[in-house]
Amino acid sequence: MKKTSSMSRNNKIRDIASYITLIILSIIWLIPIFWVVMTSFREESGSYTSYFFPKGLTLNNYVKLLTDNSQFYFLKWFGNTLFVAVFSCLISTFFVLSVSYVMSRMRFKMRKPLMNISMILGMFPGFMSMIAVYYILKGLGITQSLIALIMVYSGGAGTGFFIAKGFFDTIPKALDEAAYLDGASRAYIFWNITLPLSKPIVVYTVLTAFLSPWMDFIFASVIMGDNYNNYTVALGLFKMLEREFINDYYTQFAAGCVLISIPIAALFISLQKYYVEGVSGGAVKG
Amino acid sequence: MNKKKKTFRFATVEVVKNGDLWAKLSLIVMGLANLKRKQIVKGLLFLLAEAAFLFYMVEYGVSALKNMLTLGTKTQGWVFDEELGIDVLQQGDNSMLLLLYGVLALFLTVFFVLVWRGNLKSALELQEMEEKGKPIPKFRDDVHTYFDAKFNRTLLALPIVGVLAFTVLPLVYMILVAFTNYDNAHQPPGNLFTWIGLDNFRTILASGSTISKTFWPVLGWTIIWAIFATALNYIGGILLALLINRKSVKFKGLWRTIFVLSIAIPSFVSLLVMKTMLQPDGAINVLLKNMGLITESIPFLTNATMARVTIIVVNLWIGIPYTMLITSGILLNIPADLYEAARVDGANARVMFRKITMPYVLFVTTPYLITQFIGNINNFNVIYLLSGGGPSTLDYYQAGKTDLLVTWLYKLTVSSKDYCYASAIGIIVFVISAVVSLLTYRRTSAYNNEEAFQ
Repeated sequence: MKKTSSMSRNNKIRDIASYITLIILSIIWLIPIFWVVMTSFREESGSYTSYFFPKGLTLNNYVKLLTDNSQFYFLKWFGNTLFVAVFSCLISTFFVLSVSYVMSRMRFKMRKPLMNISMILGMFPGFMSMIAVYYILKGLGITQSLIALIMVYSGGAGTGFFIAKGFFDTIPKALDEAAYLDGASRAYIFWNITLPLSKPIVVYTVLTAFLSPWMDFIFASVIMGDNYNNYTVALGLFKMLEREFINDYYTQFAAGCVLISIPIAALFISLQKYYVEGVSGGAVKG
Repeated sequence: MNKKKKTFRFATVEVVKNGDLWAKLSLIVMGLANLKRKQIVKGLLFLLAEAAFLFYMVEYGVSALKNMLTLGTKTQGWVFDEELGIDVLQQGDNSMLLLLYGVLALFLTVFFVLVWRGNLKSALELQEMEEKGKPIPKFRDDVHTYFDAKFNRTLLALPIVGVLAFTVLPLVYMILVAFTNYDNAHQPPGNLFTWIGLDNFRTILASGSTISKTFWPVLGWTIIWAIFATALNYIGGILLALLINRKSVKFKGLWRTIFVLSIAIPSFVSLLVMKTMLQPDGAINVLLKNMGLITESIPFLTNATMARVTIIVVNLWIGIPYTMLITSGILLNIPADLYEAARVDGANARVMFRKITMPYVLFVTTPYLITQFIGNINNFNVIYLLSGGGPSTLDYYQAGKTDLLVTWLYKLTVSSKDYCYASAIGIIVFVISAVVSLLTYRRTSAYNNEEAFQ
């Protein structure tokens, strides 16, 4: 009797300790987010202040960000990024799903060699070929354009098939074979049997492909140079922090960060189930 | 079956040995065997491919390949023109373009050889069909197989073209650049660059130059960073997942969402915000000063050692929730009877964590761990956005104290235009990643038992 009561007291202490830890950790994790939201409403401009909490709050930063086009065009950037994201997402999803289906379901002479080649390609740092890509795009005469960005984001997507392939591997092959015996073609099986069963991995592929143009600023800055009109959101916000702009634009930068983080974070959180299934169904498999 | 396989592997030899007249003619004039058997469209396509390739080679290809060997001989500048009797500006060769065209010509040649072999295989197939009296497939039938038995080729065609154009071609080009002296003193079109063999690797790895004195410390920090970032994120993530998964903890969804928020926000936003918060006049120092905890600003990103620690700690902010998200599901899948049995044997929580949870999770997540490690070696965003590689130092060539090999590569490419060193470093990073993965990844069950679930 005594033992159980001391155990339950122990448990209680542990519960309290775990709640306290969680609360402290949550505060640490939320401070930067809280701070950027607060800064986006700050009335006083300038990048650094000598106090933590702003003296006055205002919506002006948002209004200015969206309407003032004298130096930057945030709405245009948003449209650009959306355009690039939609198209590169369509293309890369198609590429990734095609390759992973083939690698998972079909057996042909070049299968293993192709898989090994794409694994080898993935081990080179991505920025290494940046300059060469730039010159190729220049040769095609499409630098500083959105088409170039779409091509860069989706062109090489075919090598990123490992996670989706891992998922397809878990769908029983017997389904395919049964359909095949009934006279269905490979194309029919792909569209009507495998894809409908692969919702998590399709969502995962679409999600990652759609989000990457919102995050990248390196390739975008190499390709766009000084063509402010065709900037993406990430590149534009990055630009606002440059020395000549940071003092005037810091609060607008914070407003821009909040504006694009909300839809992206909402998208990610609502689809995180698929994200986890995608990663752990494919890569993390014992 | 066996014979057929052999025919396929050595199509050329087979044609020379056993091919009929038309197959042999197809060695020179592609598609003849198809035309003879009334496969008009296919035959014409082969013929057209050959004509196009020959035209390209005569017009551009041969000179492109020849120029690739020299990378240009004429330097841009003023040359005396005897006819006019004055100096004229000579256009000069552009080594960069010559190399690019050369690589392109190589790619086209390889592609043509593949088509040529396909033509021979097709000729052999037709010959065999004729001998056995089988009907010759029409073009429509051929197209149909590309949506059925050869569906792989249809699906792979476009992705492979994309990868070739945007990954392989640029990569081959940059790998070749590593063997030239394409640095900031040899920039086309003003100057030529040329082949110098392994000199760049010698300069980077084993010379007394500043580049070599930069490389080794940067490599050392890259490896330390990768180990710490991977291990701490991993352990922290699992502990956090265990904490949230505790039976008595309520509002699991809420806690999880709070932490997931930090990965749901685009990393360039959170990192840029962190960067400004961690400046000497930034929010964190201001907050600590206002609370009276410190009087002098903490040099979070301006002191070399502090900056390294800060970067690893800030990376935890993103990395721990990520591991937590991925491993939560795995932790729930650990068979409960394992814990039950351990509890009966009198094991306490710590022992169970060490003997059951960790081994199980490690076993399941080894591939994930390796990808994370290699991802961290190449973790550009955290370093570039947070410290920009700084604090800068005069001991290093174009690098700061927190630069990783990849961020150094980026700086060499973008700010100093030392493409040859950047490429050589890229190759070295590749070798490191390849060795790490080969040692570990190929042993994991995910690679070896890929058909286990089918």
